Amino acid sequence: MLKQLLAAVALVASSAALAASGHVVHLDKAPIDLTDKESLQRGARMYQNYCLGCHQMEYQRYSRTFRDLGIPDEVGMEQLAFTAKKVGDHIKNAAPKTDLARWFGAAPPDLSNVARVRGPDWLYTYLRSFYVDPSRPFGVNNEVFPLVGMPHVLQELQGVPSKQHETRLVDGESKEVYVGIVTDGTGELSTEEYDRAVADLVNYLEYTGEPSKLESRSLGIKVMIFLLIFFVLAFLLKKEYWKDVH
Amino acid sequence: MSNAPVDHGRRRFLTIATSVVGGVGAVGVAVPFIASWNPSEKAKQAGAAVTANISKLEPGQLIRVEWRGKPVWVVKRTPEMLETLTKVEPNLRDPGSEDPQQPDYAKNQHRSKKPELFVAVGICTHLGCSPTYKMNDFDAHVEGIASGFFCPCHGSTYDMAGRVFAGVPAPKNLMIPPYMLSENDTVLLIGADEGTV
Amino acid sequence: MFKNLMSWIEYRMPFMEKMNLHVMQYPAPKNFNFWYFFGSLAMLVLVNQILTGIWLTMNFEPSAERAFASVEYIMRDVDYGWLLRYMHSTGASAFFVVVYLHMLRGMMYGSYQKPRELLWIFGMLIFVVLMAEAFMGYLLPWGQMSFWGAQVIISIFGVIPGIGEDLTLWIRGDYVISGATLNRFFALHVIALPLVLVILVFLHIIALHEVGSNNPDGIDVKRPNDGQPVENNVSDKFTFHEYFTKGGKKIIVDAIPFHPYYTVKDIVGVVGFLLVFCGVIFFAPEGGGFLLEPPNFEPANPMKTPDHIAPVWYFTPFYAILRAVPDQLFGAIFMFLAIIFLALLPWLDRCPVRSMRYRSALHKWNLVNFCISFVVLGVLGVLPATPTYTLLAQIFSFTYFAFFGLLWLYSKNEKTKPLPVRLT
Repeated sequence: MLKQLLAAVALVASSAALAASGHVVHLDKAPIDLTDKESLQRGARMYQNYCLGCHQMEYQRYSRTFRDLGIPDEVGMEQLAFTAKKVGDHIKNAAPKTDLARWFGAAPPDLSNVARVRGPDWLYTYLRSFYVDPSRPFGVNNEVFPLVGMPHVLQELQGVPSKQHETRLVDGESKEVYVGIVTDGTGELSTEEYDRAVADLVNYLEYTGEPSKLESRSLGIKVMIFLLIFFVLAFLLKKEYWKDVH
Repeated sequence: MSNAPVDHGRRRFLTIATSVVGGVGAVGVAVPFIASWNPSEKAKQAGAAVTANISKLEPGQLIRVEWRGKPVWVVKRTPEMLETLTKVEPNLRDPGSEDPQQPDYAKNQHRSKKPELFVAVGICTHLGCSPTYKMNDFDAHVEGIASGFFCPCHGSTYDMAGRVFAGVPAPKNLMIPPYMLSENDTVLLIGADEGTV
Repeated sequence: MFKNLMSWIEYRMPFMEKMNLHVMQYPAPKNFNFWYFFGSLAMLVLVNQILTGIWLTMNFEPSAERAFASVEYIMRDVDYGWLLRYMHSTGASAFFVVVYLHMLRGMMYGSYQKPRELLWIFGMLIFVVLMAEAFMGYLLPWGQMSFWGAQVIISIFGVIPGIGEDLTLWIRGDYVISGATLNRFFALHVIALPLVLVILVFLHIIALHEVGSNNPDGIDVKRPNDGQPVENNVSDKFTFHEYFTKGGKKIIVDAIPFHPYYTVKDIVGVVGFLLVFCGVIFFAPEGGGFLLEPPNFEPANPMKTPDHIAPVWYFTPFYAILRAVPDQLFGAIFMFLAIIFLALLPWLDRCPVRSMRYRSALHKWNLVNFCISFVVLGVLGVLPATPTYTLLAQIFSFTYFAFFGLLWLYSKNEKTKPLPVRLT
């Protein structure tokens, strides 16, 4: 009976792993680092220039971004917060939601928490997986998010991207396999520079998803050290008293 | 386990040490609960300094600016108004502004940085009503004085520098908030001054 | 002066007397092991949930328009708001971890058996109220998972013949889950159910102290006093409250006073637990998407269901049973039976021996079967319902219920080992 049970457990576990990895597109690991303030600052600039036109961050304040990223308020207000009146304002755009919904088919989602919904790896891969597809309203499609309603706003940086396939042997048959995106080189950035820029942006989105994360980690380490000391003392105390019990 | 006699010293030491560390832990746990009562980012941002454009302010005109949920008055006083400030002094409760109701730079007869520009929190120091600006008809309340502030709630009166008259319910002069002026005197920043920026 | 005050109070309300009875001089068997930490840990987590919960209500706004934004406000704008929120959200899962282990302890050592049936029933009531509390609390952040999870669970009531549809409408107070639902769940979550929970915990402890704690050997530490001294009895060294010796009619063997021995031991357990708990709070508050699910960082949208919805992990064993049965009504019935059978354990188990230590191999294997069934069902409840998984869920639902049936059958004439006279 036990053997059958274990076999069944193993089957469930392996199929669970299969379901988890069943996603068709392989996600690249986002090379991000929340302690890299310069990367976060570049990411914030990217966000303001390319994303904010449509996507708000209605829960994040400029003042918080400036403080956590080490940007002086005056500099931030002048160089990043074009639409804000006050430094304490939320990162919002001026476009009315209903208009945006009409233009794109659906209202562009708020991005304050997007890294917590999608995960940084998804975002990193998504922003590097647009390709030309004339059948779509904006002329682009996305390998990670098929039929996405969003235009490729970073095209001026990346260049015109297209899908690349390779002929490979799969299960004894030769098949066309998707291997990635290539651009025509008309973008302002090289492929490496573009990947770096997207990583900066994803880094910033990861930060805005949970601005308390760095604080949480540093406080957490102190708490853990304290608890370890407490544990040793409590353990010795217990042993001492339990000498009475035979 | 051994049958050795109880080492009371060790037991005492460990009990005290664990209690102390546990006490520190309890204080540490209390920190987030206590700190969460501080003004939040929202409250701080709402209470941040506000700016007002005063380039179009005309002599005698009063504008209201909201700062921390309270009305702040900005008045461009006329020369006649400034003259009355000396005249009313015998009738005032605190003519020299001894009560700390203003930043140091406003502890003068006109209670302001620049004599003509008056900035004050428009809340009566009695029970918190907002007094009315009587530009020309203040002599109905104080004989011989043309301009001042009159509180409709309990009849307190203030002169054109927000100083309270004697014999009215209000105990103190009007509060003067910290403020700053831009270089060409066109923009007023209420809630912050050279000391805080 | 202080002494006078104390005796003045003591005369009117015997506080020290009750402390002696329930803490200082409560006889606890000396052989409690690791599994006995989870009772006090459940208490700790309850206090954590109540305190952080009160603090969260200070900034939470229970309305469909503001709930999601106010949680983000707590996370971003309130000093240490993120910590209070993570303590509460992690605490919810921790509550179920310790309660499940606490229940397993009771099953391993037969703590539900006579005379502790009522104690077990109070425990089961706590478990049911806790599930209701957790379910209602999960709606409050008003994220996508909150909304659709509640949608699915409320719909379960819709399968009741005749009144189902009207019942779901009544529970929601609207044609969909709306602000009305949110507000009533908020009221129940922050006031009604915690109150019930605290009262039940109080009764649970009173019931425990009346019959005394069971132990890993499952034998009694209180026995009739025949006047003969018991050799090497550690209890001789201590004073216990006279209530427990019934004025000399009973003798306590191999027990020690709760304080200081189990207070110092429980501190070790508490700190060990906090190491894990704080590890999650500070370094992995989402718990890999199991404690805080990714879709819940999106505001509730009645127009769009997330790709894959599953209840939070602590409901998934029961959810898997619900889905395993092809008929909706019977699915719901079996789900409730899964809990009812647990509550009936004191009467399903007819063996006079409590602890699995002295019971048959069959019983031990049956317990293993129960644990595996429960865990596998929990995993299946998270996964999408493909035909393979549904078949597996059916198999393990069967083995889950088979545990109770087998127990009832073999326990009557079970071949047990001889019980020891003294605690080992």
